Amino acid sequence: MKALLAAVALTLCGGACAAETLTVGSKRFTESYILGEIVMLTAQRAGEAQAAHRPGLGNTGIVYAALKNGEIDVYPEYTGTIEREILKSTQPLDVDGLNRALQPLGLSAGVPLGFNNTYALAMREDRAQALGIRSVSDLAAHPEVVLGLSQEFIGRADGWPGLKKAYALPHSTPHGLDHGLAYEAIAAGQVDVIDAYTTDAKIGRFKLRVLKDDKLFFPVYDAVLLYRADLPQRLPRTWAALAALRGAFDERRMIALNAEAELNGKSFNEVARGFLGERRAQASGGSFLARLFAPDFWRLAYEHVMLVAVSLFVAIAIGIPLGILAYRVPAARQWVLSAVGVIQTIPSLALFAFLIPLFGKIGTIPALAALFLYALLPIVRNTYSGLADIAPGLRESAVALGLPPDYRLRVIELPLASRAILAGVKTSAVINVGTATIAAFIGAGGFGERIAQGLALNDNATLLAGAVPAAALALLVHGGFELLDRWLMPEGLRDGETPSSI
Amino acid sequence: METRDSIKPRGPIVIDIENITKDYVMGEETVRALRGVSLKIHRNEYIAIMGPSGSGKSTLMNMLGCLDTPTSGRYEFNGKNVAEMNDDELAAIRNREIGFVFQTFNLLPRSTSLRNVELPLIYAGIDPETREQRAAEVLADVGLGDRIHHKPNELSGGQRQRVALMRALMLDPALLLLDEPLGALDPVTRHALQKDLKTIFARLGKTVIMVTHDMGEAAHFAGELILMRDGKIVQRGTLDDLLKRPTDPYVTEFVSAQRSALGSAA
Repeated sequence: MKALLAAVALTLCGGACAAETLTVGSKRFTESYILGEIVMLTAQRAGEAQAAHRPGLGNTGIVYAALKNGEIDVYPEYTGTIEREILKSTQPLDVDGLNRALQPLGLSAGVPLGFNNTYALAMREDRAQALGIRSVSDLAAHPEVVLGLSQEFIGRADGWPGLKKAYALPHSTPHGLDHGLAYEAIAAGQVDVIDAYTTDAKIGRFKLRVLKDDKLFFPVYDAVLLYRADLPQRLPRTWAALAALRGAFDERRMIALNAEAELNGKSFNEVARGFLGERRAQASGGSFLARLFAPDFWRLAYEHVMLVAVSLFVAIAIGIPLGILAYRVPAARQWVLSAVGVIQTIPSLALFAFLIPLFGKIGTIPALAALFLYALLPIVRNTYSGLADIAPGLRESAVALGLPPDYRLRVIELPLASRAILAGVKTSAVINVGTATIAAFIGAGGFGERIAQGLALNDNATLLAGAVPAAALALLVHGGFELLDRWLMPEGLRDGETPSSI
Repeated sequence: METRDSIKPRGPIVIDIENITKDYVMGEETVRALRGVSLKIHRNEYIAIMGPSGSGKSTLMNMLGCLDTPTSGRYEFNGKNVAEMNDDELAAIRNREIGFVFQTFNLLPRSTSLRNVELPLIYAGIDPETREQRAAEVLADVGLGDRIHHKPNELSGGQRQRVALMRALMLDPALLLLDEPLGALDPVTRHALQKDLKTIFARLGKTVIMVTHDMGEAAHFAGELILMRDGKIVQRGTLDDLLKRPTDPYVTEFVSAQRSALGSAA
């Protein structure tokens, strides 16, 4: 009996212990994905906590917010980024200096992984040779070269603005280019110079020349782990395992790992397991069809549909009453319609980034909030116009019948406006299926996860494996609403006959 | 005609308005649609209101139908002071005591004849079986027994107007207001429906007020005609009064214009 109780207690404890979790984050580029996966697997092997990886959480701002809010416990970061972007320090800091500044934030930086992935400018070898450009300084004499720089590089203090000043470069600030697409652009000769990372696998593949940073402008970007300060105490065994990653890499090793993912089409998990000395029997990657129906298909489909359905449901529940308010109360009309209109003009990534600090969370909640906000306009506007467009005579006759306003709304006006309202809901649903792909950048899942990975890897098959089902879902939703419309609308009214002509 | 009118028994007063005015504010301008109208109408009277566009006919109909309240003046409907009622009380009067029929019928486009006719009964809280039965009965009465499950777009203009008329009569209102009820119909349908309406009205025994542009139609239905101009009543009387004893030069002008229109049409 005692033994049984002990066994039960052990099971319970076992359950409770397993509930201890470690969540690893990563940014939206190959190296960060791979390092995140390696950190996750290393933590998993320590056997102390359930380790999970939330990959590709957008840029520094989003992944840092996730760490600060405790959504993730640790992620791979670079000392230069911590110093300049996170701490906004104007002077160089060593690891001790970083930690002193991070302490009040409840964060720590440590476990130097052993390589420096700094920014660099790269040109096609043949073009560089033709122009005689070897260093960044040489660019100053060639204002005609076309720059193709990433958004982040253009925006960061230690990126383009500082570089332009330090080297007195005559080039004007170019439009931002997604880093995943920059190599295609330079290979096609559309741009001459791109920003790259020194551990970038594609530098070799695309035969690029890294321009020498002869004025030592770019700071050191040593890869480290940035983690919540309580992590070593909370999970000591896991932490010991992670600390063993110190110095486990060098630049060449990292380039090789990046190349395995980007050039040889291995999954991040495979690359990470390979690095840790594991071999998985099953090899993923391969054809588009294989990737399309990879094991995560149903999870992504579920997440995607859930994001759209929940946000749409809430938008209907709030948008239709708002539309009625705009119809009934002229004083509120302009406010309501303008407000939902303005929301629509906010770029989606900006809205997501804005909602993260508001909710103190990344992932599903801010994604749902953003999708809900985007879904409002079509529903509110169509509810309002559907009601406002009812033939005045019909409204008058309902008044003449002595029906009170609420009854008129319910029995006469809303049914007459139902087709317009349904069209608004359809528009919102289709738009949300598309917008939900962007939710993956803040860790909300869905088919956007594949699109983000595909972009980061410059891997069209993975990108399409996300984009095609998302597009199919949009068509499915559209078709579903068409059927609903046919089912709800009587035959005779479908030819566009308006109530006023009856 | 004189004799017919004079022997007609006069019931109690249903409508008693005294010197009502109605102003509409349109932007910065105030438009006076009614400029002091006084009118007494007894139960079972049939009245036709005529006059050019903008003469205040529709505004007067809205006042009589309790769709709107006057800016000044007194209005008693069945002895109750309407000018002082709130929206709910006005709605209750419209629902129970007044039936309205519009030129454009204004039937619910997606609902069957039966459901359109039932509508006032639903709100009055009558149980579904009774109201369906009553709606079907009155539709059968006006020859639409085989059209009860048809929607407005499956009915002819005349049939639609009969449905609209039955809807207005469903709660047995004391007053029936018709705003150019036959104006949207073709001449043949119009003529047929004129006969039907007359039969229906004769059976009902209600106070009926109708706006029409057609003097022949007015004379066909109504005991008395009211001619309006610029928000005022110019003359009230039988057709004979208007023809032979005009009180204003405008009456003669209006009557001869109607006649020449009739003449050119014939």
